[in-house]
Amino acid sequence: MRHRRTSIGPTIPSREISPEPSYVARRQVMTGAAVFAAAGAVELGARRAFSATVPAPDLAALTYRKGPLGTDEAQTPLKDVTSYNNFYEFGTDKGDPGQTAHTLKVRPWTVTCEGEIGKPQVLDIDTLLKLFPLEERVYRLRCVEAWSMVIPWVGFPLASLIKKLEPTSKAKFLAFTTLHAPDQMPGQRRPVLDWPYVEGLRMDEGLHPLTLLAVGLYGKSLPNQCGAPLRLVVPWKYGYKSIKSIVKLRFVEKQPPTSWNLSAPNEYGFYSNVNPDVDHPRWSQARERRIGEFIRRKTLPFNGYADQVASLYAGMDLRANY
Amino acid sequence: MAAAEKEAGGKSRLLKRGVGLLAMIPAGVIVFRFFTDGLGANPIATALNQLGLWTLILLLASLTCTPLKIVLGWKWPLKVRKMLGLCAFFYVCLHFAVYIGVDQFPPTVDEIYKDILKRKFITVGFFAFLLLIPLAITSSSKMVKRLGFTRWKRLHRLVYVAAAAGVVHFIWRVKADLFEPLIYAGVLALLLAIRLVAHLRDRRAGVAKPVS
Repeated sequence: MRHRRTSIGPTIPSREISPEPSYVARRQVMTGAAVFAAAGAVELGARRAFSATVPAPDLAALTYRKGPLGTDEAQTPLKDVTSYNNFYEFGTDKGDPGQTAHTLKVRPWTVTCEGEIGKPQVLDIDTLLKLFPLEERVYRLRCVEAWSMVIPWVGFPLASLIKKLEPTSKAKFLAFTTLHAPDQMPGQRRPVLDWPYVEGLRMDEGLHPLTLLAVGLYGKSLPNQCGAPLRLVVPWKYGYKSIKSIVKLRFVEKQPPTSWNLSAPNEYGFYSNVNPDVDHPRWSQARERRIGEFIRRKTLPFNGYADQVASLYAGMDLRANY
Repeated sequence: MAAAEKEAGGKSRLLKRGVGLLAMIPAGVIVFRFFTDGLGANPIATALNQLGLWTLILLLASLTCTPLKIVLGWKWPLKVRKMLGLCAFFYVCLHFAVYIGVDQFPPTVDEIYKDILKRKFITVGFFAFLLLIPLAITSSSKMVKRLGFTRWKRLHRLVYVAAAAGVVHFIWRVKADLFEPLIYAGVLALLLAIRLVAHLRDRRAGVAKPVS
């Protein structure tokens, strides 16, 4: 009824009048097209209005050599490495750190080294940067959320620093602490985790040649959202073990508390080795999405570093020690 | 049909269509962004999350219509309630389709089966999706007549269960920050509380007719 016209202008031959169903279907298709066009217009306008609100900072180029133990897999684009981050100190959305981490002040910066060591000291970051030759390590990074990246880090082995600090026989574990500064880290203004963020490693894990203290990626200083100015990289463990923006390294006798384990002990253990056979209680760890790829790939035991690190856990029940 | 009634019918049709079209825009934006590198480093996860969020938003919007009538006396939202519910169903279908057809691609029966049965957040989300299917099927006025209003109404109370399951699905999904899902939980609780208060008030007043 509502389609009835009282007068049709020029007479249309009946063969050119579409039957009702095709007429309705065509109208729906056109409405759909109009919605998408409108959405596209809204989207392009929004992008123009809000894009590039935070200009990328100029990061210092680093002098380094190519290091061993890297992978030759395709590297995740810098844009993705710097815009998709879990760094809850700057917000819980993965896009947040890239937007808000510019408030972090990375100079002056000191790292307090203390506990069971012969040479406790407060190291200035610029002193620390000159202590050891920097090298590039291209590592896979596997997040506990079942996505992964390949990142060319620049840094030095944690073992070099440990040896320099002369641990005593009582030093069995390493306890790391992230900066606690709610004025610089807006995410710390809400009690999402028990701030400051803390992580830990067993001494042999810390001394392993794969374990890196990173100060840069893609040849330049670390962007703030990636854990500037100093972060840990332990490539065979889930990403949250690789603590960011470190201000303290304490050598201890007993296994130290770790932030995600405190938050949800049944979901995140102390070891947190990448293990496709032990699922997170809420999702499978058997497969992962490599950022930039469409089809999920199989997750490898110890994130593909089993040959180097599996022996560290010989005889241990990896289901119980997840 | 009197001319005034006809005009009112035309207006409410326009209102319904307008709401339906507006509700399609987020889907349009998500699809547009998906194909123009606008969803960030992990577009599949982002699309999946946003489609889920819009399902909840539209479902809660459909549940807001009756409380608006109860509290403010507005009647027009009731005219778009069905449209909002159907739009929510459209989004949950997209959400589910992206999960099965894109996120889990290539989907294997074994993996999906395990996901749905073993992961409680997926179990509850799938449960919510299943509950919405009969509601979408019986949304037409023809189906109201066929079922009889009382039975139809009883069936459509499932929407409260579905909405609650949807919110639980979101709460169980997040890692540590419950702020956002709890906003949805709070809104749902408020909407249900308004209905409950109105229901109790009507019963005390001796009005047998339940609030719609």
